Amino acid sequence: MPRKADPSDLVKRVRRGDHAAASRALSLVVDEHASSEALAKEFFKSAGSAQKLGVCGPPGAGKSTLTGRLVAHYRARKLQVGVLMVDPSSSISGGAFLGDRLRIMEHATDPGVFIRSLASRGMIGGLTHTIFGAIHVLEALGCGKILIETVGTGQDEVDIASVADTVVYVTTPAMGDEIQAMKAGAMEVGDVFVVNKADLSGRDKAVADLKAALGLGQSAGQARRAWEPPVVATSALSGDGIAELGAILDAHWEHLKKSGEGRARLKKQHATELQFWIQRRVIKTALDRVNDKNLEELVAHKTDPASLGHRLLRN
Amino acid sequence: MSGSPIRVLIAKPGLDGHDRGAKVIVRALRDAGFEVIYTGIRQTPEMIAAAALQEDVDAVGLSLLSGAHLTLFPQIVKILRKKGLKDVLVFGGGIIPDEDVAKLKKAGVDRVFGPGTPLQAIVEYLNEKLRVAA
Repeated sequence: MPRKADPSDLVKRVRRGDHAAASRALSLVVDEHASSEALAKEFFKSAGSAQKLGVCGPPGAGKSTLTGRLVAHYRARKLQVGVLMVDPSSSISGGAFLGDRLRIMEHATDPGVFIRSLASRGMIGGLTHTIFGAIHVLEALGCGKILIETVGTGQDEVDIASVADTVVYVTTPAMGDEIQAMKAGAMEVGDVFVVNKADLSGRDKAVADLKAALGLGQSAGQARRAWEPPVVATSALSGDGIAELGAILDAHWEHLKKSGEGRARLKKQHATELQFWIQRRVIKTALDRVNDKNLEELVAHKTDPASLGHRLLRN
Repeated sequence: MSGSPIRVLIAKPGLDGHDRGAKVIVRALRDAGFEVIYTGIRQTPEMIAAAALQEDVDAVGLSLLSGAHLTLFPQIVKILRKKGLKDVLVFGGGIIPDEDVAKLKKAGVDRVFGPGTPLQAIVEYLNEKLRVAA
């Protein structure tokens, strides 16, 4: 888009809380525009200023509606809130239907809330490559709480743990027994577990099953950790349990700040951000060098993928 | 891939809750490689404009079947422009009498698609209007 955007002016406007500037900056960062690195450098200065809450869990668990409830909870306490909602891009068309925003439209006109829908753009693991850049823009905008909703992929969402400070795993009474909860994956990285749709039957059993599954580590002789993930029942529909969940999320944030775990997580997040950058840069640079002549050489067996790959990376 | 996907907000202003048409458009645009955000039904012009601003979309598509288009569509264009979204393309569709189309165009709605429009025509229109600029 031929819209003029002086990087330093844009950064200043974002820091002043200008939503239009933040929106533009987000596009430049997410689209990996040529000017985005200079911007990202500035926005990175704000890194670590907000509590990043990763909301994950299977599709249909009520993540978006719950996110909307948490936004209201934080707004009642006058906190600035940022929301990033990731939905999958089609591997076929490259297009995406970003359908989470409509669940929280009641916050659309609140100047203390900034919501952005992101497409995964080819990345698996429930996130998108440029998620960190987007987070730093919202931090610079002054958001004290940033809710990140992942693609509802369910069991394999471990990536969120290297992005968020607090991982909220959302499930429902209808999502299976404790055997499901014992599997590896997202269950291992949750800091807080939510049994949403608590208005449905089976709530108590679901909470008990989750607690039982989470407690198996101790039964197996593992030491009690400084933070044992609590299980809370909520109804995003009625709002029941949201205040309790909010208090638990605050307690986790306090725990992170006091225990040194917060710094450890921030370091891990930065390591992941660096990893994403290197992966993108190296892969893209190498792939951009592939031309038809290379492929013809492969077809003619004049070279092989590994030799060609080494050559492309060396150049 | 050539450039970033075009982002489009599909919105339903006003009080009519019939959004099958809007959903069909959402689906067609997704399949044509657009990133589509849908607001859901019964949105105020302010809500739609705020969503367009935060999502930094290239176009806003408005769907309305209730007959309030002459009031709501121009209002939405006005708020978008006031928010500084000067080059966001606004288009519309729904049950809109031919004699209203000129009035809507004058108010800044670039194009109005009536019932029976082939989906491909909308895809081509957006590609033509927005791909060049990208």
